[in-house]
Amino acid sequence: MSSDRPVADPFARPRAAQGRAPDVFERGGWTSMREYRDDEAVDFVIVGTGAGGGTLATRLAEKGFSVVALDAGPYFRPLDDFASDETEQNKLYWTDNRIVEGNDWMIMGGKNSGKSVGGSTVHFAMVSLRFRPEWFKARTSLGYGVDWPIDWREMWGYYRQAELALSISGPVTYPWGPKRPRYPYRAHPVNAAGMILAKGAEAMGMSWTPTPLATVSAPHGKSPPCVYRGFCRFGCSTNAKQSALVVWIPRAVAAGAEIRDLAMVGRVETDAAGLATGVHYMREGTWRFQKARNVVVAGYAVETPRLLLMSASDKFPDGLANSSGLVGKNLMTQPNQAVFGDVEEEIRWSKAPPSTTITEHWNYDDRKDFHGGYCWMGQGPLPIEWASVQAGSRGLWGDALVQNMKNYNHCVGVKMVGEAMADENNRVTLADETDQYGLPITRIHYSWTDNDKALIAHGLDQMEHSMRAAGVRNTFRQEQDANHLGGTARMGDDPRASVVDADCRSWDIRNLWVCDGSVFPTVGGVNPSLTIQAVALRTADRIEALAQRGEL
Amino acid sequence: MTSRFPGYDVLAKRNTLSWNEPTRRAIDKRIAVPPGPRFFSVTEWETLCAVCARIVPQPRDRPPVPLPAYVDEKMFENQSDGYRFAELPPQGEAWKTGLAAIEAEAQAAHRAGFHELAATEQDALLRRMQKGELDGPPWRGMPSALFFNKHVLHDIVSAYYAHPTAWSEIGWAGPASPRGFVRLDKGMRDPWEATEAYPGKEDKARRENQRVV
Repeated sequence: MSSDRPVADPFARPRAAQGRAPDVFERGGWTSMREYRDDEAVDFVIVGTGAGGGTLATRLAEKGFSVVALDAGPYFRPLDDFASDETEQNKLYWTDNRIVEGNDWMIMGGKNSGKSVGGSTVHFAMVSLRFRPEWFKARTSLGYGVDWPIDWREMWGYYRQAELALSISGPVTYPWGPKRPRYPYRAHPVNAAGMILAKGAEAMGMSWTPTPLATVSAPHGKSPPCVYRGFCRFGCSTNAKQSALVVWIPRAVAAGAEIRDLAMVGRVETDAAGLATGVHYMREGTWRFQKARNVVVAGYAVETPRLLLMSASDKFPDGLANSSGLVGKNLMTQPNQAVFGDVEEEIRWSKAPPSTTITEHWNYDDRKDFHGGYCWMGQGPLPIEWASVQAGSRGLWGDALVQNMKNYNHCVGVKMVGEAMADENNRVTLADETDQYGLPITRIHYSWTDNDKALIAHGLDQMEHSMRAAGVRNTFRQEQDANHLGGTARMGDDPRASVVDADCRSWDIRNLWVCDGSVFPTVGGVNPSLTIQAVALRTADRIEALAQRGEL
Repeated sequence: MTSRFPGYDVLAKRNTLSWNEPTRRAIDKRIAVPPGPRFFSVTEWETLCAVCARIVPQPRDRPPVPLPAYVDEKMFENQSDGYRFAELPPQGEAWKTGLAAIEAEAQAAHRAGFHELAATEQDALLRRMQKGELDGPPWRGMPSALFFNKHVLHDIVSAYYAHPTAWSEIGWAGPASPRGFVRLDKGMRDPWEATEAYPGKEDKARRENQRVV
């Protein structure tokens, strides 16, 4: 169905209502959607619809569970709503206020949080990587961090499922790690910026490969092939990107899940028996209560602990699922430093996805004097981001800035995604201030550990060597940047040392689950989205198995 | 000043396949920014205008990007970046405190308003702020370097490079939906991208740029 009437403001009032949800593939389009009453206890109410919540909602609905998934943000139709513009697309980000503190402020907003149906996957850079197998047993295998309660061989199967669902475009043969099947879609062409990475890697004797990306290189369903606009971090306006909004959410709706947009959850309710009974949420200016037999919190590593902490009750005075005291602690981000420079030729690095090539060399080479690893990728920042790097990292302003910016088409760079260590001092807590919903805002404390600093220094040196080896001139370092989140509701085998078990089920409240990057005990040295989705796929299977055994 | 991309105007592509309707709406609205001030007082506005002119100096041979208007709009509408440093007050208060402090520093050092100073004097004061050397009572405990980096630089520079005039200046192709790009290799340019003027080839570049649609 589609209609010609003007498109309503997706922020003004919920779109998913009256038995229909937006059809994300059609201008002004609608699709029918099952709805549940607030007082009808659904099998699962899921808070958040991103990589974790969107994936889990889909699989649970497809397995026959009744599902209501709420998102605080709007329900976009990319063809109607997405501009080719850095500033306009700020509307995708979670920009409600947070207070940041510590030695290394964690910059929030566009870097790491989304506020729309589909969550951060609507604006992620689509880099879809598997963990190195040893990371699932980092303590036992590599001597740092903690072990995951999941075996890598099991994860390998779920990674494959996720890669197939997302039609990942990538190389035939991946250079690192145990053998894996070829990616379902052919790799994207390598742009000029990506070739510089390749040249630098080869000069240093390292392997490189086209980056496995969640944007299709050939048509898939209603997704057209990528047209290399380069605005990936600002929402894909053509639907080539395989975000949760276009991959999982339509499947969830088709399978009978209800999506509620512009629905901010403020509290998970628990009863005298210590079980979750549903969630309080604000929609259209009114606080409502959705009854549920199970509650899944999937708001990512800041909003998830915030909600658990805000839901404190007489029985759980320190917040829900928090008998370990670890909710909000061990917050991790990933070092995202870069080395930039310029070359004689015109590169025009903003064409194509930001990262068309990658080297994971230092994720698999352990000859280094710190723990963890990192990869690095090609870069193609758009003008505002590039100007922010020039101003922020080099302190340029005035004529120096204006003149440097004119060299935009000749600039190149590589950026790392590294493994930060968990540290209990890095944490999310509630502040005294409240937001527009009347809910306490978060205070986010973050400082790099000594190991993180050693990893960052190594990464910057290696990247700079590679850039110079590739003939890049005027190199400089972006020393402060971080991206992605994890760790604030970690999974584990021991209720005293973790918040949820391997099935993402909280130890304390057996019908309360967490399904997002918060559950990562360690973050590894690759972008987390594929692992979040693989864990969600596994969680859905585990829930089905538990239900069949009557253990839900 | 000779342009590196003579004759290139990204707005010439407004009605092509590189601009979808949401992009046209967003850029039209940006170009029509209210002149301001709506948030700042007249005194604060004078200082802000002078600061903007030094952070991003603009050539006189074209209409300037109205940078103070964008900062004013951001504060007036309280457009949040999604975080606040614990050491800084909310953004509007930070700007008001900072502009008053800049004015007080100018008065203390030169017995004149910041906007009345010579450009070199203004730059010297801004550099001291960037280094965090300004910390007198007018700053009310606000770290001047943090204010400079996270508000002065961030807000003004972001506003400038959000404007089509700046995109034309740096030879960026600008909006690209739904058309996108075809030629991704080194030295390759789609016909709807800017041509750079290399020495002796300025006229050729100008001709190419006038054909960019």
